[in-house]
Order: sequence, then structure tokens, then C-alpha cells
Amino acid sequence: MNSTTLIQFFVLMLAGFVGFQSISRIPPLLHTPLMAATNAISGISLVASLVLAGSQDGPLATVLGTIAVTCAMANVVGGFLITDRMLAMFKRADGDKMKGAVGVAAK
Amino acid sequence: MRDTLIQLAYLLAAFLFLIALRALSKPDTARRGMQLAAFGMAVGIAATLLNARIISYEWILVGSLIGAVAGYPLGKWVPMTAMPQRIAFSHALGALAATVVGVGEYFNGLSAGELGSGHVIALGFEVLLGGLTVTGSLTAFAKLQEILPGRPLTFRGQNAFNLTILAIGVASLIWLVLDPTNVAVAGVMLAVSLTVGVLLVLPIGGADMPVVVSLLNSYAGLAAVATGFAIDNNILIIVGALDGLSGFILSVAMSKAMNRSFSNVLFGAFGSAAVAEAGASPSAGGEMVPISAEDAALRMAYAPKVVVVPGYGLAVAQAQHQARELADLIEKRGGDVRFAIHPVAGRMPGHMNVLLAEAGVPYDKLVDMEDINEKFAETDVALVVGANDVVNPAAKTNPKSPIYGMPVLKVAEAKSVIALKRGRGAGFSGVENDLFVDPKTSMLFGDAKQSLIALGREVKNA
Repeated sequence: MNSTTLIQFFVLMLAGFVGFQSISRIPPLLHTPLMAATNAISGISLVASLVLAGSQDGPLATVLGTIAVTCAMANVVGGFLITDRMLAMFKRADGDKMKGAVGVAAK
Repeated sequence: MRDTLIQLAYLLAAFLFLIALRALSKPDTARRGMQLAAFGMAVGIAATLLNARIISYEWILVGSLIGAVAGYPLGKWVPMTAMPQRIAFSHALGALAATVVGVGEYFNGLSAGELGSGHVIALGFEVLLGGLTVTGSLTAFAKLQEILPGRPLTFRGQNAFNLTILAIGVASLIWLVLDPTNVAVAGVMLAVSLTVGVLLVLPIGGADMPVVVSLLNSYAGLAAVATGFAIDNNILIIVGALDGLSGFILSVAMSKAMNRSFSNVLFGAFGSAAVAEAGASPSAGGEMVPISAEDAALRMAYAPKVVVVPGYGLAVAQAQHQARELADLIEKRGGDVRFAIHPVAGRMPGHMNVLLAEAGVPYDKLVDMEDINEKFAETDVALVVGANDVVNPAAKTNPKSPIYGMPVLKVAEAKSVIALKRGRGAGFSGVENDLFVDPKTSMLFGDAKQSLIALGREVKNA
């Protein structure tokens, strides 16, 4: 095993640890947005597909690369849009409703 | 120099992604965090375009345009009720990208004559996991979209058959590592992984879909990790690890909430006649007491504390708007209304929260199971809407019940209970529910949406 691979395993371990810590703290309230978000972020696989599509390694590589770019880009665009759309729906209760509640409860 | 610049951009992107995940722990910071992540993504993509291996940009442009045009409706137009199948479809897209990159890199390496065993292992895992995620997710999508029947599709000897196929897949991976230039073996491996995906999801029933969708999320992440190893790219390893872990954490949470082990979901025969019979003997017995919408509304209109317990039935009837309207009417009269959300109330993790948030319920009214369970004792009326197994006290009291041990909402502790139910039948697991025959429970039979509308009308008049 060469040193690059070894470093990659270190990266994997640390990312896994940090990820576990952060993700465990996300409340069930936001689990659907979390899934949409990881979907969007996983579109970073574009870093691989872009290179394959643009490197002119023969028609097969170009076709496969273009398919990959299309799929990943659809996830990036769709994923970030839908996550934002969902998160925009989560609103806190406004103050005056609480005031009204207290007033009527007194009767 | 250029390479350093690209790597620094990836470093920034990875940092922003982690910040976004941290921000997702609170609803008020989540949106801002995701905008930072989107910026990080833009930086990462822009930096990749500088890569020295990229010679021409025309196909990149074509792919990006098609992808963006396809992604827009996926982000803007898909209704929230269709979220589970939308996410399953996205897993398929992500995994397809990983799989074709794997195949492409394999042929590149083949023609260049540089396929080291480490490289082949990484590519093999990428294609194996990617392929099964593609077809598995598409099968899940078809089931959730009701293109395929949602019930489990099984045949005799299915588990043995699946394991054999899987063994062939692993064997061909090992063969390929020993003999990297054998294209036929690579083809077999791809075919096997595509087949396994379908076989894995076909036997899984509609109610278990939350676990499967999370699990496929996890596989998609692992495929990304393998891609990162294959092309020596750290950001893919990081993002793949986050994706894989998030899917894994969610599937464990879902399994726990359904009182199932992983293997039980994947190879299980829950709800089979034998299991259902064992739990079919109700411990208490007794009659369900029906109530009219008018009386039920009167009780709620004068209750200081109401907890609404939405279940799968509410999502099926698409009655979340009516539930919110009813809650507003009760609050206007001075009552305090909360929604008690069981982790598996919807069709995917957190789905019910999104549906109610869309209907306009403020998120501080949406209370997770652990927090609301302490509050049922001081609740005057608990309104159960289309929920059954998740409120069944047998999970706590009857060791013989198949759902014994499953975490449930302690609705039975409320001072009184009104349950909206379509008919008198048992829940998904086929288990009788003692809550419905409890003396303090009143049953309002009928379609959830119609019942909620009637309740709203009566509360207004009360």
C-alpha cells in the first residue's frame, strides 16, 4: 500500500468521525432535508465526471462521462433547490398567537 | 501550481459542506448553511474545470445543460408528498454517475495498461455498490410511485438465491483483482450488481421503505468513497463518508423506530400469518366506543391542551392542511395544540415534519417522540389521526406482541383520546390495538380528511 492510499484512509477515518458527530446531532425534525442535502452534496462526484467527459480518452469515455455529468448535475441543481424549498417551510410560531392564546385561556 | 489551487478549492468546499451539516442541527441556521454548501459546490466545480486532463468542454457543457434542465423540475415542482420517491430517484442518479465513471476509468486504465490491484479494488467496489444502488433505487422508486405493487414480492428460496448471486459478485471482484484485464469478468460483475439491486428491494414491503431508502443512501455514499480512492480525490472520500454515514445513521434510527433489526427488514417476513396470529389475542378485550364529530369537537374546543398524533393514514389521506386548520381553530379558542411525531409516521425519515411544515404548522409545534411522551399525562385530549401501531400500548405492556419493545407514543396516558380511523381493522403489523378499546378512548370512524373537516366545522360552531 503506497503512502497516498494510506493518507486517504486517514482522511476517510477523520471525515467519518466528524460526520458521525455532526449528523447524530441533527434532530428527526430535519431528517428529510438532511437526506435531500446529502444527495445534493454527493453531486460533488462531478469532480470525477467532468474530467472523464472532457479528457478525450476516446468516444466511450466521453459518452460515459457525459452521462455522469448529466446525472450529477441534475442532483446538484435539483438537490440544492429542493433542500432550500423544504427548509424555507420550517417556520417558528409568531409571537402574537401566543398572546391571543393566553387571553382566551383566561376566560 | 494549478493542482495546488484545485486542491485548495476542494479543501474550502469540504469545509463548507461540514459547516452546512452542522447548521442542519437547527431549523433557523439550516437554510443559511445549505446556501454556503451550494457556494462550496460551485467553487469545487469551477476548480475542477481547471484540471489539466480536461481538453475539450463541449460535452461537459452538453451534460451540464441537460442535467440542470432536468434538475430544475426535480427541485421545484416535485410535491412534498412525493419526497420519498424523489429521493430514491436521486440516489439512482448519483449512483449511476459513480458507476459509469467507474466503468470509464476502468477502460481508460485498460487502454493505458496501468491497472494496479489497489486501483482495481477501488473501481470494483465503486461499480459493485454503484450498480446495485442504481437498480435498487429505481425499484424503490417504482414501488413508492406505485408503478410496481408496494407489497413484498417474494418467491421460494429467495434468500438462498440472493446470497448465491451476491457470492458470484464478490467472487468476480476477487477474480478481477487477480486478472485486471479480463473484461468478461468485469462485465459479469456489473451485471450481477445490477441484478442484486432489484432482488434486494423487490421483497421489501411499502411500510419498510424508510429503511431501504436510507440504506441505499448509505450505499451511494460508499460508492462515492470508492470513487475517491480510485481517482485519488480526497473531497469525494470526505463527501462519500458523510453521505454513507448519514444514510447508515438514518437506517439504524428507522429500524429502531420500527422495532426491527437490519437483517429482519432485508430478509424478514414480518406480517406473515404466524407472526400476526401470535399477537392477535388482545390482552384487554372490549368494544370500541364511537363518537359523533359534534361531541368530539366540543371536547376539543374546551380542552386547554390538545396533542394531535398524525400517522401514516393522515399522509395517505393528504389531510395535513385540514389538521393544521383544526389546530388553528382550537388555538384561536385558547387551547394549546402540539403535534406528536413518531419517527416512522411518514414514508421516509422526517417526512411527516415536512408535510406538516408545508401545511403551515410552525416547527416548534412539531414535537419529537421523546419530548412529547413526558407531556401526555397532562394532555386533555389526544387526537390520533390515522396512526395505529405507533400508539399501541401493547409495545410496552404485552411481551407476546410482535411489536413489543417498539418505541411508541404514550397516547394512553392522556386524559382522553379521540381516534380518527377509517375502519375497525388492525394496523399494518396485523396487531390489535388496546388503545382503541380503552374506556377513555372514543372512536370517530371515516376518512381522515372528511373527519377533520367535520371537526373543524363543529369547533367553529362550538
